[in-house]
Formats: sequence, structure tokens, C-alpha cells
Amino acid sequence: MTVLTKQTLSHLDWLEAEAIHIMREVAGQCSNPALLFSGGKDSICMLRVAEKAFRPGKFPFPLVHVDTGHNYPEVIAFRDKRAAELGERLIVRSVEDSMKRGTVVLKHPGESRNKHQSVTLLETIEEFGFDACIGGARRDEEKARAKERIMSFRDEFGQWDPKNQRPELWDLYNARSHKGENIRAFPISNWTEMDVWQYIEREQLELPSIYFAHTRPVVIRQGAIVPVNVPLVGGELTNLPKAGEEIVDLLVRFRTVGDISCTAPVESDADTVEKIVVETATTTITERGATRLDDQTSEASMEQRKKEGYF
Amino acid sequence: MSAMEKLEDHGLLRFLTCGSVDDGKSTLIGRLLFDTKTILADTLTAIERTSQKRGMEAVDLSLLTDGLQAEREQGITIDVAYRYCTTGTRKYIIADAPGHEQYTRNMVTAASTANLAIILIDARKGVLTQTRRHSYLAHLVNIPHLIVAVNKMDLVDYDQTVFEKIRADYLAFAEKLGIQDIRFIPMSALNGDMVVDRGERLGWYNGPTLLDVLETAPAAHTETSEKFRFPVQYVCRPQDSANPELHDYRGFMGRVESGEIAVGDEVTVLPSGLTTRVKAIEIYSQQLPSAFSEQSVTILLADEIDISRGDMIVKTSEALEPKKQIEAMVCWLSEQPMDRARKYLIRHTTRDSKAMVAGIEYRVDVNTMEWVAADKLAMNDIAKVAFKLAQPIFCDAYAENRGTGAFIIIDESSNNTVGAGMIV
Repeated sequence: MTVLTKQTLSHLDWLEAEAIHIMREVAGQCSNPALLFSGGKDSICMLRVAEKAFRPGKFPFPLVHVDTGHNYPEVIAFRDKRAAELGERLIVRSVEDSMKRGTVVLKHPGESRNKHQSVTLLETIEEFGFDACIGGARRDEEKARAKERIMSFRDEFGQWDPKNQRPELWDLYNARSHKGENIRAFPISNWTEMDVWQYIEREQLELPSIYFAHTRPVVIRQGAIVPVNVPLVGGELTNLPKAGEEIVDLLVRFRTVGDISCTAPVESDADTVEKIVVETATTTITERGATRLDDQTSEASMEQRKKEGYF
Repeated sequence: MSAMEKLEDHGLLRFLTCGSVDDGKSTLIGRLLFDTKTILADTLTAIERTSQKRGMEAVDLSLLTDGLQAEREQGITIDVAYRYCTTGTRKYIIADAPGHEQYTRNMVTAASTANLAIILIDARKGVLTQTRRHSYLAHLVNIPHLIVAVNKMDLVDYDQTVFEKIRADYLAFAEKLGIQDIRFIPMSALNGDMVVDRGERLGWYNGPTLLDVLETAPAAHTETSEKFRFPVQYVCRPQDSANPELHDYRGFMGRVESGEIAVGDEVTVLPSGLTTRVKAIEIYSQQLPSAFSEQSVTILLADEIDISRGDMIVKTSEALEPKKQIEAMVCWLSEQPMDRARKYLIRHTTRDSKAMVAGIEYRVDVNTMEWVAADKLAMNDIAKVAFKLAQPIFCDAYAENRGTGAFIIIDESSNNTVGAGMIV
């Protein structure tokens, strides 16, 4: 077992080739797929994979974003710019519309809208009749995701049944579904956070500015860095500090980007992709552990959300 | 260029661990992740908390691999889980398959993408029925490299004679199976001996550690050259583009399942049988002189030939015959038994065909490896089955070519994947 004779791909080339293969399978097997694009780093990688999978043709799917209305303006601006550069169709649906319809009811005005994205996503799937949604989830992110298939079947309520998943063998993917059901496809399932950053570095992909070290007002709440006074797209401030909290200006960057209410930055002076790759290689805290306030609620919270239709 | 990229890249190795929690399998994976520094502080804190909650003194590394709520409640592994670690030179995808008897299907699933299997043996118990079953399945799915990890050496006082006896027992039955490349490693996953570090208690063992073997095992499924097989996934025809140069563009998109192809090579398209030459090979804006196994590329041909998804491009010198009757080793995956009166869908490469069962030659008892007569198949059964197909497929024997020798069986009423087949 000592020879490495046969020509093989580097690990990034292998992961890319697998992701291209999965995207083409979705396009070949499904009649009306969509690609979920948030402007975050994982979905930015997916757009490059989609270019490699389908150019010089158009993408065989529109880009879809479910906006909580509480996203960082830099990310929303980036999302629109990237879609325009690619010349691809972008569909945006918002949790606020679901709130107006009464299908999302917040327990209190400050409740995180993150988990309510599931409702809006399912409504969007129904509105357009999508039979597959391509998402950028990775198995290294979270332990429920570690057990999810690359082509993950969801019933007509959008539910994931972890104990009753389709066996997935070789590279033979089964993306079949009946009307009303759908498939969630995860082309970068086998990528880790490190792979994503190395791919961004290799492909020289542009990112929203908040991924790089910048100074912003924060408070330290239960050990986590919580950004405060964050302006929304309309200029209104959100994440106001609680009474008695001390605001400090800290040099931070985001490792993961989502709803403002549940994504926290890490202290960092990494202002280039190269520096972030090095930092990722030497970090001692997982991506979600550091930055996702929503996953810490309970050991099973991601599994629970997925059963309810979440990505 | 970053610090990480300066290291040599030995690609990616997918491997499988088989054994039950009792053999220390989860502890082994935990140890591998822990000693390669893949486990980060907050994950460790979380399992420390859980270990304490369950009244354990030391940190239970096996908790790292419990994923689902029901698994944590029952202390078992239900489903295949995938784990990742990297050494800087090589990336690993670990498929963690449960060891219980009823989960043969999960092991076959995990084995289907693996190029190496680690079979765990508890040094106190030696070669068990379960060991034979795992070895048979690894062999059936044609995993080229096996590592027999004789674990829990700490519980037999690191005694060399125990290890040698297990090695001899294992080789005696492996010979009958015809497994070629087997390595034996004594270890204690609990204490970390011979996993990543050598430790100090197995001085009589001069062989490589587990990680040494993983670092140098071939990443490719096979070291012998294979025939070129290119199932077409998708056809790119950007006619409506504003660019007139693209008006006649026809790109055939897919992943090279096996073999190699170069610009200028003569190819045959199946099922039409028409022959032409490769005009160009592309990935995005990049022009390639050639492409090889596992690359996702776009192939352009010299002549205009009608090709669609499900067709296959092969080298004219390596042609193959379309087949409408096949025999295969089948693993039944569904709780609903195979119904011989029904028609199923077979998915082979990018091609689908209706199929009916023509006969079941025998069923294999996976514990004794004996052939027994069977007229039906239930979940976890393995049998040799003959099928008649409505549409021809372009296949090789699984033993020669994993990509074109494998298929899945789909029940069209539920769309479930109910079986896996390996063509003989």
C-alpha cells in the first residue's frame, strides 16, 4: 500500500468534481430545480461550481434567497451584485411577507426569524413548484447534517425523516419525487470549512466585506460577541444593546453569515483570504460553536429544525 | 500562496470503519479525530458535559459520533455518518457504519464509496461471526484494501500472542474469500496506542501505525488501468446566447467514470454506435488536452451526433455490448420485501430502465457465507439475481469497473431506493 502511481485529483479538485457531478444530476433528473443563494461563503462557492457545471450555457435553475429582513446590508448588496454579474435570475422571498400573510407569527417582536425561514422557504417552493432545492449545507457543520444524504427527500410538509432516509450508494443519486414532495440537494456535503476557504483562495472568489476583519460595536453577552446597533437595509438599527451592557469597538470578522439576530463574529485581524486560511487551520473552536447562537439551544436543535423543513 | 497549500497534496481517501460500539469503533474514530486535532475545543466541552451527565469519569470519545436524538437516547448508531479529518497532506472522508446485524444495508451503503476498510476486532473476543460478515461485505463491494485493527490490546496486557492468534485465525478464513491486501495492526484506541501515535506499550510491533497506512494507501479505487467510460449527464446547447460563436456549441457534460480520454481520440457513442473524434475537453473556461477518472468535464465532438442524457461515450477500441439481461449480486435495502411479480426501475450510470426479476439463483448467508435457495428477498438479504431489462444498459462486470458495474433499484410507487446491485 505504499505507491501512489495512478493519476489522482488533488483534494480540492476531487471535491469540485463531485459537486459539479451532483449539480448536473439535479439538472438531469429534476424538472424544476432552484439554487439557494444567500450571499454567504458556501453559496458563493456553489455559484462557482455551477459556472463550472453549466457554462457556456445558462444555469438550469434560478437563484432563490429567503430573506429574513434581518440580514447584513453588505451581504444583501453582494447577493444582488453577484446575481447581476452572472446574468442569472434571482428570486427573493421574505419572512416579512409570511408575517403579513399570518403564516409566520413571532412570539415577540425581537424573536429570531432564523427558524421561521422554513415557512417562507416552503411557501416559495409551493409558489414556483420547485421539485428540488440545491443548498450549501455541509456535513462537518453539525451532527444531524453528518447523517443527511446528498439528495435528501422531503415529504409534502417539507419534513426530513432522519430514520427513514433513502440509501445512497456509489455516485448513483436518486432525486425522484412525486408532486408536492421535493428534494434538497447538497453538492458540497463533503466539504469542510477549511475546504471552503481553500477553494475561495484558489478560485479568487469575491466575498462580502464582513467576512474580513473590521471594527464594529459589540457587547459581550454570555461569553459571545454580539454585534449591536446594526443598520438594516433601510437604515433602521437592530440588535440594540440591553440596559447596562457596555459597548466596545472590536476588530472582528464573521465565519458564518446569517440572520443578524443569531450570527456572531469572532475576534480576528485576518483581513485577507490567505490570513483566514491560516487562522482556520489553527482555530480551536468549531464554526457553529463560535458563531451560531441558535445551535446551542439544545443538543438536537438542528435535527429538530430540519424535521420541520429547515435546510 | 498560503501555508496550507505549500504542503504536498496527496488527494482524498474515503474509508469505512466496521464494527460495533462494543469493539470500540466510535472510540477509534474519536481518537483519530482527536489526535489529528480535528476535534475543536467547544465540541470537546460538549462531550465532556454529556460524559459527566451520564456519570462517566473520563471523556467518552465515542460520543463524538452519535448524531441523532434516538441514537443518543438508545446509545446506538442507526445510520451511516460521515466524518472528516485532514493531516495537511491528505483529506479523509470517514464513513461510519453501524455494526449490528440488522444494518447490513448501511454497511453496504458506506462501503460503496470507500477505497479502504478498517475492520475492528476486540482483542478479548477474537474473530467473531460479525468479523466474517463485515469482511465478506467489504469484499463483496470490492474494497481493495483492508486493515484489521485488533483493538483493546490494553485489556489483554498488550500480549503479542493474542494478536498473533487473531491474525492467524483471520487469515485462515480470509484466504477462502480471496481478499488480497490485508494489514493487521494491534492498538488501543482508548489509550491512543498505534492509532496516530505509537505509544509505549506495543514495543514488539514494528509495523506502521493506523495513520501511517492511511497516509500512504492509494487514493484511487484501482491501480490497474480501466477502460474509458463517460455516461452523459447533461447536454449543453446555449443556442439563445448572444454570442454567435456558441450557436453550434454542443457540449456533452459528465464525469469520467473510469479510464482516460484525450483530444483526438476516436470514440463511439452508445446506443447509436456512431463513431467520431474528441474535438475538445473543457472545464469552464479551461481547455484540457486529456481527462481522467473522476474528473467532471465537458466533451465536444468533431461530428454532429444526436446524444442525450443516459447515452455513453466510450473509446472505439474499448467498445462494449448493450445488454438487456444481467445477473448481479443484490443487497435488498427496503423493509418491503422484493415482490417478484412487480416491475422495478434500475438506475445504472445516468440511465434508467424498467426491470423484472427473471430468477433468484441463491441467497448468501452473510454469517457463514453459504449459498442457500431463496424465492424472495427481505431487507439485508444478499442474493444473486437475474434481471430482464426493458432498455439496454452499457455495463462492465463490477469486479472490473465499479462505476459501470453498479446499479440501484428504485420502487416507482414510493420512489425509494430499495436495492443495490453489482453486475457479475
